[in-house]
Amino acid sequence: MAQLGSFTLDDLKEVMRACAGVTESVDLDSDIADVTFEDLGYDSLAVLEMAAKLQNHLGVVIPDDVAEQLPTPRALAEYVNVRLAA
Amino acid sequence: MSRHAVITGIGVTAPNGLGTEAYWAATLEGRSGIGPISRFDPAGYPVRVAGEVSDFTAAEHVPSRLIPQTDNWTHLGLTAAAWALDDAGADPAAFPEYEMAVVTASSSGGTEFGQREIERLWTKGPSWVGAYQSIAWFYAATTGQISIRHGMRGSCGVVCAEQAGALDAVGQARQLIRTGTRLVVTGGADASLCPYGLTAQYSSGRLSQGDDPGRAYLPFDVGAAGYVPGEGGAMLVVENAADAHARAAPVIYGEIAGYAATFDPRPGSGREPGLRRAMELALADAGLAAGGVDVVFADAAGVPELDLQEATAIRAVFGPDGVPVTAPKTMTGRLYAGGAALDLAGALLAIRDGVIPPTAGVTELAPGCDLDLVRGAAREARVGTAMVVARGYGGFNAAIVVTKTD
Amino acid sequence: MVNDRRVVITGIGVTAPGGIGTKAFWELLTAGRTATRTITLFDASGFRSRIGAECDFDPVAEGLSPQEIRRMDRAAQFGVVCAREALADSGLEEGAVPPERIGVSIGSAVGCTMGLEQEYVVLSDGGRRWLVDPAYAVRHLYGYMVPSTMACEVAWAAGAEGPVSLISTGCTAGLDAVGNGCQLIWTGRADVVIAGATDAPLSPITAACFDAIKATSPNNDDPAHASRPFDADRDGFVLGEGAAVFVLEEREAARRRGAHIYAEIVGFAGRSNAYHMTGLKPDGREMAEAIRQAMHLGRVDAADIDYINAHGSGTKQNDRHETAAFKRALGRRAYEVPVSSIKSMIGHSLGAIGAIEVAACALAIEHQVVPPTANLHTRDPECDLDYVPLTAREHPIDSVLSVGSGFGGFQTAMVIVRDRAA
Repeated sequence: MAQLGSFTLDDLKEVMRACAGVTESVDLDSDIADVTFEDLGYDSLAVLEMAAKLQNHLGVVIPDDVAEQLPTPRALAEYVNVRLAA
Repeated sequence: MSRHAVITGIGVTAPNGLGTEAYWAATLEGRSGIGPISRFDPAGYPVRVAGEVSDFTAAEHVPSRLIPQTDNWTHLGLTAAAWALDDAGADPAAFPEYEMAVVTASSSGGTEFGQREIERLWTKGPSWVGAYQSIAWFYAATTGQISIRHGMRGSCGVVCAEQAGALDAVGQARQLIRTGTRLVVTGGADASLCPYGLTAQYSSGRLSQGDDPGRAYLPFDVGAAGYVPGEGGAMLVVENAADAHARAAPVIYGEIAGYAATFDPRPGSGREPGLRRAMELALADAGLAAGGVDVVFADAAGVPELDLQEATAIRAVFGPDGVPVTAPKTMTGRLYAGGAALDLAGALLAIRDGVIPPTAGVTELAPGCDLDLVRGAAREARVGTAMVVARGYGGFNAAIVVTKTD
Repeated sequence: MVNDRRVVITGIGVTAPGGIGTKAFWELLTAGRTATRTITLFDASGFRSRIGAECDFDPVAEGLSPQEIRRMDRAAQFGVVCAREALADSGLEEGAVPPERIGVSIGSAVGCTMGLEQEYVVLSDGGRRWLVDPAYAVRHLYGYMVPSTMACEVAWAAGAEGPVSLISTGCTAGLDAVGNGCQLIWTGRADVVIAGATDAPLSPITAACFDAIKATSPNNDDPAHASRPFDADRDGFVLGEGAAVFVLEEREAARRRGAHIYAEIVGFAGRSNAYHMTGLKPDGREMAEAIRQAMHLGRVDAADIDYINAHGSGTKQNDRHETAAFKRALGRRAYEVPVSSIKSMIGHSLGAIGAIEVAACALAIEHQVVPPTANLHTRDPECDLDYVPLTAREHPIDSVLSVGSGFGGFQTAMVIVRDRAA
């Protein structure tokens, strides 16, 4: 996982796979950056699990209602990246 | 019209066989799944052999999304449930949603998952506990996940009675069938073979410390010195007989004809344990005399005192040498909530194939335990009715009678 | 029930936050006092939610022996103390009923987690040893691992030798265990059942798992007002602990011996949403189905229901889910019936709360008083029923509906009525 200011979508996908698995009908390697977590088959628990992982390993504070505020992989990855760079 | 609960599907995840036919073939051949513990280094532990379901890879059987949110115990239960439904040829989408239910037994929940999360909590802090601890560890996880996966919206249940729990779950399933539910997935599984789980089991004082997998668990034998723990279990599909016939279910393994549960008197009372009464009540519930039973699948604790109690009860009910008795769990270890479910699967397969599986390892019966224990090789026999007996730590007794259907 | 055997409650035992025993419990509820506070049972300073509804429980004062205290987890202790209170309350003497006709049905969501966690910390040297040291295992550790021992303890306390079980359907375990107890009597498998539920989840691991899913209230600055079911300002549930146990009896036998009958349980049903382990759809569809089925079995119409004891956990999704379920199942009657959540006062004790709520229902019938929903100042606009804010209300009550909703998607409903011949 990326450490400093270079958190990419691919890094996030790795976290998604490890924390929550992948829904059968979804290909995480396709263009999913702007597909909502919900449409990717990730429920609120899955998103909280990913958020906790990012928070614990990267030290980035993620909001409680992450699924509502950062509903897509792109939004979440950018949020993390900005705070890592700060 | 009266409603009868029949079993139309079986799914097995056992240490000596993944899948019903693999398990049954191994069991009839006397092939054991007990071996040295491989999940962690057991060298520092007093118990070093167990019945692990070692050829099970969750990713091959459980949807990817479900794997991280569930314990190994639920992986095994989900797999067995899916196989049982498949075996029954039952497509849940074809049943009314509220007329399908799930009732499973668990003895100890997601112990390994829980150990990992408690470890994180105590070494790193509360924020390191994952979101899935809330749904993976608790005893209801397997029932809930099966219900969700297969869209079963009826009255679901979870019973804990240690090793006896699965029979109580099946008893509840029968009650649901009688009161209008059409299909119930029921049974049990357990998988607490992590270091903490094993340590807790060891504290019961009932585990075998033997290192020879073939000699560590010898119920009713003069060498009985505790039991070998195992993991896995079985799930069954139970349906109302008329509905099963109407949809031309591929197989009807048998009917749940009798069930009873009792509890032992308080420790130290000196009074007879409740096991004999459970067996008699189950027979009465089935409307059968003892002579109508063709085989007893024993609880077979492997603890001398408990073996003697059970042998005494069997002899009191069936007479000396009155019934063939077997304990195929000598090839899997005791699977806790999964154990009696697996025995019930074995009993139904014995009815199907007219053969009684053997009890492995036992060579010399202990005094007072002189039963007609099927040993050495499987015994061909006409099996029209089988009784499964299970006892749970603390005083639980349960018995189920299953009969061949026409 | 197509059945002439009826089930009545003849004894009640309660251990709840804010007071031990049925009397203290009912006083707290009718006063509308809250028993939520900053957690004292463990150091919660690193936690997101540091609020709990704790029982001021002294096992010695409650009459448990040193051996019982040593071998029993806190939840088991609650259960046994409640069983003894219920038995004493029922006036049922030991020996009056053959032991094999007495059953036990105890519910619990998390069993002996507290004991399991404490022992783990010891054996693992504070979590540092994955390969825990078996040399330090206490003899009763296995009793913590298998929650069924709690049912054993109750069976021993009651001298029961009939069917005994521990029901563990998460947060509906309390209602389900009482329902299972009724089932044992309705079907003739027992004449008396000691039924109820117990949980003691105020330990770090259980608090942490609800922290992780942001389910518990982080209103740490105002613990007394943190449990706010149906209020617009609610922000999660408050973890509680406790137990309630009943003596359930076959009605004719209870009447013959002249027992005091609190109420009759006439209907019980469970449904599952098969949707999500923790999520609820706002339509309340499956809970409504459970309610309809429980009313059908109890031969009670929507118009008969005089009080609804809500699940009312104080999470937004729950409060909306069950409000929708009440409307779906009861139609217009839902708007006329008082609905309240005692979790506003004693928190959410997971599996135990369903049984504690049955106690509240039986006492509501006994005293013809509806307990209030504390802390309800500004109703969530989407929750538009009569939630009996702040103050208990005298009200004629013949029939009560109690519901539960829990992880796994389980939805349970029970109908409890005033003894019709009384």
